[in-house]
Amino acid sequence: MAKHKTPLLDQLESGPWPSFVSDLKQEAESRAKNEKGLDYQVPVDVCEDLLGVLELSYKHGRTHWKHGGIVGVFGYGGGVIGRYCDQPQMFPGVAHFHTMRVNQPSGKYYTTKFLNDLMNIWELRGSGLTNMHGSTGDIVLIGTTTPQLEEIFFELTHNMGTDLGGSGGNLRTPSDCLGMSRCEYACYDTQELCHHMTLQYQDELHRPAFPYKFKFKFDGCPNCCVASIARSDLAFIGTWRDDIRIDQKAVKAYVGGEFPPNAGAHAGRDWGAFDIQKEVIKLCPTGCMRYEDGKLEINTPDCTRCMHCINVMPRALRVGLDKGISILCGAKAPIVEGAQIATLLVPFMKVEEPYDEIKELIEKVWDYWMEEGKNRERVGELIKRNGMQKMLEKCGLKPLPQHVQEPRSNPYVFWKEEEVPGGFTRDINEFRKHHSR
Amino acid sequence: MAFISSGYNPDKPMENRITDIGPKKYDNFYPPVIAKNKGKWQYHEILEPGVLVHVSETGDKVFTVRVGAARLMSISLIREACEIADKHCDGYLRFTTRNNIEFMVDSKDKVAPLKKDLAGRKFAAGSFKFPVGGTGAGITNCVHTQGWIHCHTPATDASGTVKATMDVLFDDFQSMRLPAKLRVSMACCLNMCGAVHCSDIAILGYHRKPPLLDHEYLDKMCEIPLAISACPTAAIKPTKMELPDGTMVNTVSVKAEKCMFCGNCYTMCPSMPLADTEGDGIVLMAGGKISNRISKPKFSKIVVAFIPNEMPRWPTMTKTIKKMVDVYAKDANKYERLGDWAERIGWEKFFEKCELEFTHHLIDDFRDAAYLTWRHTTQFKFTG
Repeated sequence: MAKHKTPLLDQLESGPWPSFVSDLKQEAESRAKNEKGLDYQVPVDVCEDLLGVLELSYKHGRTHWKHGGIVGVFGYGGGVIGRYCDQPQMFPGVAHFHTMRVNQPSGKYYTTKFLNDLMNIWELRGSGLTNMHGSTGDIVLIGTTTPQLEEIFFELTHNMGTDLGGSGGNLRTPSDCLGMSRCEYACYDTQELCHHMTLQYQDELHRPAFPYKFKFKFDGCPNCCVASIARSDLAFIGTWRDDIRIDQKAVKAYVGGEFPPNAGAHAGRDWGAFDIQKEVIKLCPTGCMRYEDGKLEINTPDCTRCMHCINVMPRALRVGLDKGISILCGAKAPIVEGAQIATLLVPFMKVEEPYDEIKELIEKVWDYWMEEGKNRERVGELIKRNGMQKMLEKCGLKPLPQHVQEPRSNPYVFWKEEEVPGGFTRDINEFRKHHSR
Repeated sequence: MAFISSGYNPDKPMENRITDIGPKKYDNFYPPVIAKNKGKWQYHEILEPGVLVHVSETGDKVFTVRVGAARLMSISLIREACEIADKHCDGYLRFTTRNNIEFMVDSKDKVAPLKKDLAGRKFAAGSFKFPVGGTGAGITNCVHTQGWIHCHTPATDASGTVKATMDVLFDDFQSMRLPAKLRVSMACCLNMCGAVHCSDIAILGYHRKPPLLDHEYLDKMCEIPLAISACPTAAIKPTKMELPDGTMVNTVSVKAEKCMFCGNCYTMCPSMPLADTEGDGIVLMAGGKISNRISKPKFSKIVVAFIPNEMPRWPTMTKTIKKMVDVYAKDANKYERLGDWAERIGWEKFFEKCELEFTHHLIDDFRDAAYLTWRHTTQFKFTG
């Protein structure tokens, strides 16, 4: 018998898509049964009360969670989000319902042993509810009480060999696409760079010292599966400088219909026979491709590496061999000054251990932002406020046409004094000798 | 309940403390076929919806079966996923950026039994636990935020709106009939911790009433200067006020006509809540993308300024989304993303074809960028 009636939520149990309501009920039941005979460290009816408070929100059309309080583990300023219910008498099981962010392994591969061990900790010491994963990439453990935070942290670090992620004004948990581990498009080892930078900047991740949040994301190619270009303050996107590798025999096989175009992604509908002119050559955004007499040619200097032709014919075309990254800066969601897509900062950089060149750039960006950024100002907003020129100057980067979509159309150039011969200090009397009042 | 110690000693927090170790290294978790072929993959193919094969230059193949999942997941469900991975995948599995689970096997004959096992698992009330799909020119899993499950600022629920939407779009999760991939994303307030602003279709929770002011407590609970500076439109001013009992308090006033309901003030000051039953609801956005393929990454545009919260299944919202998807599916060219299609036919045609009403709310009036979105040409299409 359920503790709270949930007629509205019950309607979300039907339909084919996995029902979170059914899953919550399943966990509530499992805790009530307690077949393992555990001495649960948070209220046994935590899932029941979560369903209850959620039903109340469905009735009211309003949330019943209060602002987070300051809770955390000793020595860290992030990784735990305090959460309290605003109806604790009705739902004592979720009166204290804090979130812990656990840093996910790069690429989000797991052994069942690791996950089961983590679930055992969370069954004993938390609600048994998670997000796999949170938006930034962490394993999110939802719902525990303050006394359990240190215990869980101790178990994570001592028994699981893993750590908390970031929250607040710090480096947020970096995340990546699966990269070279299972993708032929990856232009660098996203997992290695993501892991390396996560370890390199543990202090920045755990101890908030920034004006606001700062995100790194690592995409192996311009397809951007991890959305770095839309949602990270620094996006590291794989690219290459030389020719796309062409297997002419395989191109012919696509043209002849032996291989499914676009890796079979369009198989659910009859789009007619593959037409290389219509589907590849004419859709190339720069018109740098030709297919004549059974031969595909790509004029590399005109190619902008959009990935379309490679996506359509993955068995025939491969990314080049002179690989590296483009670094873009300043993407963010709307709060505070409006959403931003990342801006190109470094057109190309090689990815070579120990990644000193990348670290140097990261630290220059942080120095500038920590010096001039206002409270709750993301680096993208700082660039907008102070100008792209300033950002390039602070990063020690030479302005390039690649940095802009087009040159400015207003002539309101802020010349610097040192750029103008003789400087700005002039003598009005000397001027007047030649120009009467 | 008896407190069970992990070994942590609260009197000596630094004793045996391990910190700053970061995540466990990724290669501890590679299935053998992945460990062996990393960096050697030659090409991939989607064999059927939800099933991929990657082929290595060593001749090895890895077959991946992708399943959708609610991102809110219980340990019981995760253990069940582990049980499947133990049975079929030598104890390995992975998750995608969009909250799918991927089960990998190293030979084709292992795919059918795995798929059959996955398809047969359902919750007591009938929904799938592990629906196979989410690949190619279809709709993959909908990423989302916490909503009423766990957040203090949402204008709607996240898990519920996503469940309702994915039920309606389920056929397109399990098929590949669309002109290109279509990503639906959900964020339950403007904070957009889900960063949905570059999605083909975005569901966004939105408040429409200025914050309530808890004058009696405001100065006690908040740093007033922080609340004031949090406002992007300078709508908040400091003021003094006499409470009914005659006490004078420091508080703030909000200029309603300057408020665009972003909730920044509430983030800084708990005495300024925005949530309201009638005020809150859904904004629909469309036409964004993150990939650099063919066209540049682009923002989603607001196409419906407001839909009320209709618990528990948000029927107006799901009907509007379904209509957009179906019109796009029928009208767009092969490889054309929803935003590229809307730009080619013209947004005026998009509204006509999708039978969406164009209202004043959809004309940008925020800062300089607004001007760039107005029409500066005589070229346009007439619509009914």
